[in-house]
Amino acid sequence: MLRDITLGQYYPGESLVHKLDARIKIIATVAFIAAVFIVDNFYGFVIIMAALAAVIGISKVPLKFILRGLKPVFVIILFTFVLNLFMIRGEVLWSLGFLHITKQGLHTAVFLAIRLIFLIIGSSMLTLTTRPISLTDGIEKLLNPLKRFKVPAHELAMMMTIALRFIPTLMEETDKIMKAQQARGADFESGNLMRRIKALIPILVPLFISAFRIASDLAMAMEARCYRGDHGRTRMNAMKIQKRDIAAVALTLFFLAATVAERIVF
Amino acid sequence: MSIEVKNLTYIYSEGLPHEQVAVDDVSFEIGDESVLGIMGHTGSGKSTLVQHLNGLIKPKSGQVIVDGEDITAGRADMSRIRKNVGLVFQYPEYQLFEETCYLDVAFGPKNMGCDEEETQRRVKEAIGLVGLDYEEIKDKSPFDLSGGQKRRIAMAGVIAMKPKILILDEPTAGLDPEAKRGILQLVRDVHEHEKNIIVMISHNMTDVACMCDKVIVMDRGRKLMDGTPSEIFAHRKELESIGLSVPPALELIQKLRERGIDISEDAFTAMEAADVICEVLK
Repeated sequence: MLRDITLGQYYPGESLVHKLDARIKIIATVAFIAAVFIVDNFYGFVIIMAALAAVIGISKVPLKFILRGLKPVFVIILFTFVLNLFMIRGEVLWSLGFLHITKQGLHTAVFLAIRLIFLIIGSSMLTLTTRPISLTDGIEKLLNPLKRFKVPAHELAMMMTIALRFIPTLMEETDKIMKAQQARGADFESGNLMRRIKALIPILVPLFISAFRIASDLAMAMEARCYRGDHGRTRMNAMKIQKRDIAAVALTLFFLAATVAERIVF
Repeated sequence: MSIEVKNLTYIYSEGLPHEQVAVDDVSFEIGDESVLGIMGHTGSGKSTLVQHLNGLIKPKSGQVIVDGEDITAGRADMSRIRKNVGLVFQYPEYQLFEETCYLDVAFGPKNMGCDEEETQRRVKEAIGLVGLDYEEIKDKSPFDLSGGQKRRIAMAGVIAMKPKILILDEPTAGLDPEAKRGILQLVRDVHEHEKNIIVMISHNMTDVACMCDKVIVMDRGRKLMDGTPSEIFAHRKELESIGLSVPPALELIQKLRERGIDISEDAFTAMEAADVICEVLK
């Protein structure tokens, strides 16, 4: 049930993509997102698709696993698709009463749906191939220059690490509480909206109490191990740029240039 | 009333890289008014197994038959099954949520469709059965109680549903010895009063020995053995190989027997061991 959500999950592996420096992967993902927005026609999507296919191929993450991550956002994709399909004016292809499908509408709907799917798959490749800890370390490092402007980079990264770390714990907790209340005859699936919202109280109250308990235990444990923020902190696994990371940067730049060139040419 | 479990299999995260067989082809039966103990190390599939008994988890394959009805079938009536089979989770005090103890215990009976009068009668009885004072505690917030009292109130919440089969997942986990004894006595009282079937998961060998008519030993999702406590504890070496043990008093007796002393093995507690040793010394 809850544990079947794969969006944002890490898929363990030893591939070249997994081994890349987290900072490089974050930058490459940002470049990828930019590229998806640079492209304004279907030819451009061919370039993006090729790049994405190459990354997926090298990463050895099964396609089935990646596509499963699309499931929770499927409704959003469908919603934008339908909205665009009917709302855009132009050359009418088909109509029923007040509903019209236009050529432009169809074009935009398909185009945006593909764009959304690429965005989701592209950014999930980052989380699928990067351990949450490396990811937040990478973000911290990338935000480091902003420390001069009083941006609390370390604290932000630590908050993210903790949040990511406790997602599975809280999921498990929710699952357990739901089962326990179901065992006492609670019913979450039937009744009108008001009843369903009320049915959540027996889950939410214990869940909040658990969350606060976990938070205070964690704070205590961190203090007991002398945590005092960023001050004078060193890393066990220091991040070092390797040759493969430089190659990845070069490939990313090449990819970005290709999409820009494609937009100018077509 | 009886439960029959046939070839039950359950797999976690099926199809994902970290899939894991949690329950592997387990079969057993529980007869009327008996007390069944389930033992096994952490992660042996005990908790997953018992969650099948009231339909919280659907098995991959196999059947769970409660009182002649297959509850794994698609058309099974879940609300009736949960009325008949009550499950007290591990650390049940973390599921308390109401403003007062009365309302929290009344949650189950109300969901079952009991009217005000019946609900009140059941709540009063259940709070009494778990050894708390109804008048004193009914308007208190459950969050103001002590750890042991919280657990009792949480258990009362399930007992008030008057299940014909009561499942307890490590009811004494994390309690001090005094509170532990209290909880076990409570389970005995409920069993006596309700004449129901009790299924109890426990790590404590002495508790299992003293409470249960029959014991199942689980290891990595499989049923390793079943039988009466005496039969199970006769396999001390096997139990030790999977990280379990026999009650300390019995271990002493068994070691005495290994040295050739003819002594009765009918002793699970320190007091009983003392008795049989005195018997030999006479």
